[in-house]
Amino acid sequence: METVEKKFRGRHLLQIADLTADEIMGLLNTAYKFKDVSEREIKKVPTLRGKTIVNLFYEPSTRTRTSFEIAGKRLSADVINISTSSSSVSKGETFKDTVLNIAAMKPDAIVVRHGSPGAPAYAARIAGCSVINGGDGANAHPTQALLDLMTIHEKKGTVENLKAAIVGDILHSRVARSNINALKMFGAEVTVCAPPTLLPHGVKALGVKVTHDIREAVADKDVVMMLRIQTERMQQGLFPSLREYSEHFCLSAKVLKSARPDVLIMHPGPINRGVEIASDVADGPYSLILSQVTHGVAMRMAVLYLLCGGAES
Amino acid sequence: MTAAAKTVLSAQEMGRTLARMAHEITEKNPDCSQIILAGIITRGVPLARRLADKLKIITGVDVPCGSLDITFYRDDIQSKGPDLNAGRTDISHDINGKTLILVDDVLFTGRSIRAAIDAVMDIGRPGRIQLAVLLDRGHRELPIRPDYIGKNIPTARGERVRVKLSETDGEDLVVVEGA
Repeated sequence: METVEKKFRGRHLLQIADLTADEIMGLLNTAYKFKDVSEREIKKVPTLRGKTIVNLFYEPSTRTRTSFEIAGKRLSADVINISTSSSSVSKGETFKDTVLNIAAMKPDAIVVRHGSPGAPAYAARIAGCSVINGGDGANAHPTQALLDLMTIHEKKGTVENLKAAIVGDILHSRVARSNINALKMFGAEVTVCAPPTLLPHGVKALGVKVTHDIREAVADKDVVMMLRIQTERMQQGLFPSLREYSEHFCLSAKVLKSARPDVLIMHPGPINRGVEIASDVADGPYSLILSQVTHGVAMRMAVLYLLCGGAES
Repeated sequence: MTAAAKTVLSAQEMGRTLARMAHEITEKNPDCSQIILAGIITRGVPLARRLADKLKIITGVDVPCGSLDITFYRDDIQSKGPDLNAGRTDISHDINGKTLILVDDVLFTGRSIRAAIDAVMDIGRPGRIQLAVLLDRGHRELPIRPDYIGKNIPTARGERVRVKLSETDGEDLVVVEGA
């Protein structure tokens, strides 16, 4: 019998669909153990000694890049960060050449973040090592969805058959797409909520319910995920003003009254206080925003362990 | 059970063996309050629990007992690949300066014990580490020597030692199966 782990070796993590539900449950189990490691005085295990991981980031990032770096280091791997502003990319080197040159230095995994959807998939075809998608355009951000599942699992004890709402800039959000796929894999009922201009065409094809009323969106949900308005990706005005957006779509204490008393409030960060989420809600008792960040390190350790732990047969 | 299976320890013998090991632990460690037992996952954990129960009967001391997972410390991750079923290391007592006794069911190559010692060193600095095993089947590949041995069983390298414990397998029994 082929084990989950054997199948995974030498593979890539480009999107949630690359994983089975069993593999995700295995990653959750492993991530909890790595969370324990992060809480010890010696926050390191020798598991990936001798492995090299390259973070190749074409977009700014605080959480994802830092947590992949910490994750690799806590597994005793060597982690190298390349950001485009300080690399030959600023001299005009193409994405292909950059990937080929990094690959020539024989890393075991490359984490790719890129503004263009499909860039990590392209890297996976040419790199000759494992490639992990650290976020590509509005397409996918699989490790974010995995760490979100872990955060939900820790609080609810399960990830099965949840009722979840995702509120905000769905149009530009890779986090929304990966979370919809992950939650639905475990039987969730997902509702998305945004102004019509911030919803992708044919969003219902993802198997989600759609509403434009945040109160309706949060009512009766186990989980509410808030998303940032990605003004940097907007070429034209998709809504009149941030102030007007927040009038209708900000998760305030008042809106939260429509939610269940045991609702979990999540946000992948960075948060814009007062725009999509009120400060008192972000810092409030239902908010798991910082716990998501903690789980980001643990889950990325699990992903790196799965991808790099063991030679290709 | 295959035809080639040979019983090397019955339930009754296992109970007596563990009782003797507990006595040996008290002989070597006059102050039992300084001991912490760490069972190596999986079957070392119930064995450590049983030794703790016997130490309580002999000395009256409640010896702390925990579990140690060595998945992330193994030296065969490269060849065997990652394992997503790691157990949870749970040693809640401060091990610094204490006598930590590693407990496992079978001692074979010694590689698991090497991994266990490394895992312990990452959670603290015990005053000393001792090793208790229910069975020593030989074929060491590292310079590891147990302090307490339930039973020495000569085996061929290809034979399989199957330890069953009531907590994990419904019965207490050790058999050796042919290659």
